[in-house]
Amino acid sequence: MAESAEINALVEREYAAGFVTDIAAETLPPGLDEGVVRAISAKKGEPEWMTEWRLDAYRRWRKMRPPRWAHVRFPDIDYQAISYYSAPTGDKPKSLDEVDPELLRTYEKLGIPLHERAKLAGVEGADESAPVAVDAVFDSVSIATTFKEELRDAGVVFCSIAEAIREHPELVRRYLGSVVPKPDNFYAALNSAVFSDGSFVYIPKHTRCPMELSTYFRINAANTGQFERTLIIADAGSYVSYLEGCTAPMRDDNQLHAAVVELVALEDAQIKYSTVQNWYPGDEQGRGGIYNFVTKRGACLGARSKISWTQVETGSAITWKYPSVVLRGDESVGEFHSVALTRNRQQADTGTKMIHIGRGTKSTIVSKGISAGRSQNSYRGLVRMNHGAAGARNHTQCDSLLIGDHCGAHTFPYIESKLPSATIEHEATTSKVSDEQLFLCQQRGIDAEKAVAMIVNGFCKDVFRTLPMEFAVEAAQLLEVSLEGAVG
Amino acid sequence: MSNALLEVDSLHVEVDDKPILKGLGIAVQAGEVHAVMGPNGAGKSTLANVLAGRPGYAVTSGAMIFDGVDLADRLPEERALLGLFLAFQYPVEIPGLSNMEFLKAAIDARAKHAGLDEPSAADFIKRAREAAGRVGLSADFLRRGVNEGFSGGEKKRNEILQMLLLQPRLAVLDETDSGLDIDALQVVAAGINAFRSANNAVLLVTHYQRLLNYVVPDRVHVLADGRIVRSGDHTLAEQLEQKGYGWLAS
Ligand SMILES: Nc1ncnc2c1ncn2[C@@H]1O[C@H](COP(=O)(O)OP(=O)(O)O)[C@@H](O)[C@H]1O
Ligand SMILES: [Mg+2]
Repeated sequence: MAESAEINALVEREYAAGFVTDIAAETLPPGLDEGVVRAISAKKGEPEWMTEWRLDAYRRWRKMRPPRWAHVRFPDIDYQAISYYSAPTGDKPKSLDEVDPELLRTYEKLGIPLHERAKLAGVEGADESAPVAVDAVFDSVSIATTFKEELRDAGVVFCSIAEAIREHPELVRRYLGSVVPKPDNFYAALNSAVFSDGSFVYIPKHTRCPMELSTYFRINAANTGQFERTLIIADAGSYVSYLEGCTAPMRDDNQLHAAVVELVALEDAQIKYSTVQNWYPGDEQGRGGIYNFVTKRGACLGARSKISWTQVETGSAITWKYPSVVLRGDESVGEFHSVALTRNRQQADTGTKMIHIGRGTKSTIVSKGISAGRSQNSYRGLVRMNHGAAGARNHTQCDSLLIGDHCGAHTFPYIESKLPSATIEHEATTSKVSDEQLFLCQQRGIDAEKAVAMIVNGFCKDVFRTLPMEFAVEAAQLLEVSLEGAVG
Repeated sequence: MSNALLEVDSLHVEVDDKPILKGLGIAVQAGEVHAVMGPNGAGKSTLANVLAGRPGYAVTSGAMIFDGVDLADRLPEERALLGLFLAFQYPVEIPGLSNMEFLKAAIDARAKHAGLDEPSAADFIKRAREAAGRVGLSADFLRRGVNEGFSGGEKKRNEILQMLLLQPRLAVLDETDSGLDIDALQVVAAGINAFRSANNAVLLVTHYQRLLNYVVPDRVHVLADGRIVRSGDHTLAEQLEQKGYGWLAS
């Protein structure tokens, strides 16, 4: 029986977060040289050591080339045509009341009740069960961080990276670039030179962060790159759960997003980092969309520390991203749970690296790739067992689901083991949303659109389970919306 | 205009341009159980599937009227919401989608169609457990993926569970009895008998008369070469059991 055209039509739909916000902004002219790097640093009021750090990164970047090994295709990027800084004008608001109402409305539209959540923390003190502290980054600048006092009482630092450079220079100098060195790769070097903002978190010893921490990123300005930098340090025996979400307006040209995220977990510390990525994916013909070239890495420095990455990737024209864990501490644990959905002409090359250095280290990889339309979805994962990693174990489960006949799913697992005693297990499956499954749902009264969403959600179950509850619901909805389309 | 719940008239159906049903007619009244029997490849599943609107079956002429509604051009989900249920000959698996979520979505779709509120989660769970109990499946099966790793018999019980929960007006059961051991067969038969009422009807597609020892049909039809070649009461099934289908060949 012919694969129903219906299934293909199902996954072509419009992007709901694609509006542009009309806001006065100060934008540097396109182009990159040492002067631009200095200008960014000056705008941020950075100390000399930071300016030098950026310049060093810039000089290294100039000698580097973009990576070519990923299973993605796109025209060369003209790095001189991009503007490296855009910020809403006006003084930085001291409280939410001073934030431009247009901006707040933008966040409302995105479903982030920033105002509400800040209020919850205040006098009214409503008994919301799971409060979330939000740091919102609009284009290049951190707009508002909520729940500041509550966090301060717990000793937790949650602020923009720019503020951290001013207020906590000792921590920043010690850890910035310690997990992702400046010359790690082309995009990381670029980010190190020009990063404009991002979030900083420090959880003190033996502290359980009292709430989920969350950052929402939004690219608004045209022809602007977004380069955030996130640094999270969990001191000995602490715990933090962190979530980031992202959207961008619909624009016909491609926009570059090259972020760097560094996580540091000391002895017995745990970091859970969840991403719901919904950058503009481009249209059906593949026009526009975000190039999401992101370096995320965590270092389990201390014994028995644990870092878990969970990502739900539905947006971006191209995703190039490998949240990784360096398992240095003995018996430390790394986890990677991923759902990557591509449709239309999206391309995703994503996966993880688990580097086992300490004894008895353990890693788990669960990757669910869903391809629809004419998209290409690749899993690329490296598991490395070093000499000293006696008793190390890895388990990898890598599943692909195809919707329709014109998409591709690819798996590139790399295993490097210098340790015969290490346990490395790899399982992979490829399946299709079948006409039979769809018909079963329809026969029970469930329409085709809902049916596809349910089938795909079922496929992702193992990953959604690892998301904080409310974000699991959000992720499921996002998938459903991403799969919505003209039926029949 | 008859007042039959289901009226199929001179139905011609092709699959891949090959004629399968060639002028089939059948009428089922509310309150009745009809058995459709016939040799392998006669077109029994084709009839069941075309009633449910499965893609790939082209109706070239004839009519299917269900509860006064012409089924032509109705989507499968519309037919389902009108009250037409198909128990599949080969139930498919949907890994990761729990039976519970699946059944809730089906129930909610019905409520929405009828303009009613969705049942509460507690109410739904109670009903689902009860239906599971009636077909001898533990509550555990409700948490598992739809048919995921179920044995053949468990899949068939799960079809009956869905029929009991969804309470359709017409249940078309495609070989729900095949591949069942005697215990499972009795459970399935008990489910069908419990379902029977003056308001609904059952179309039992089978090629053995074994099930008909437990579910006594009002009418038995023999389907051969795309047509109903003989109809009678339940004693026809017994004759078929003894003599096979050969003597009916036209
Ligand atoms: N999907 C299909 N594609 C091609 N031929 C089919 C398909 N389904 C049924 N047929 C053919 O139609 C005829 C009737 O099949 P079916 O309705 O399954 O018979 P029964 O259920 O009575 O055994 C058979 O010749 C079968 O090969
Ligand atoms: Mg059959």
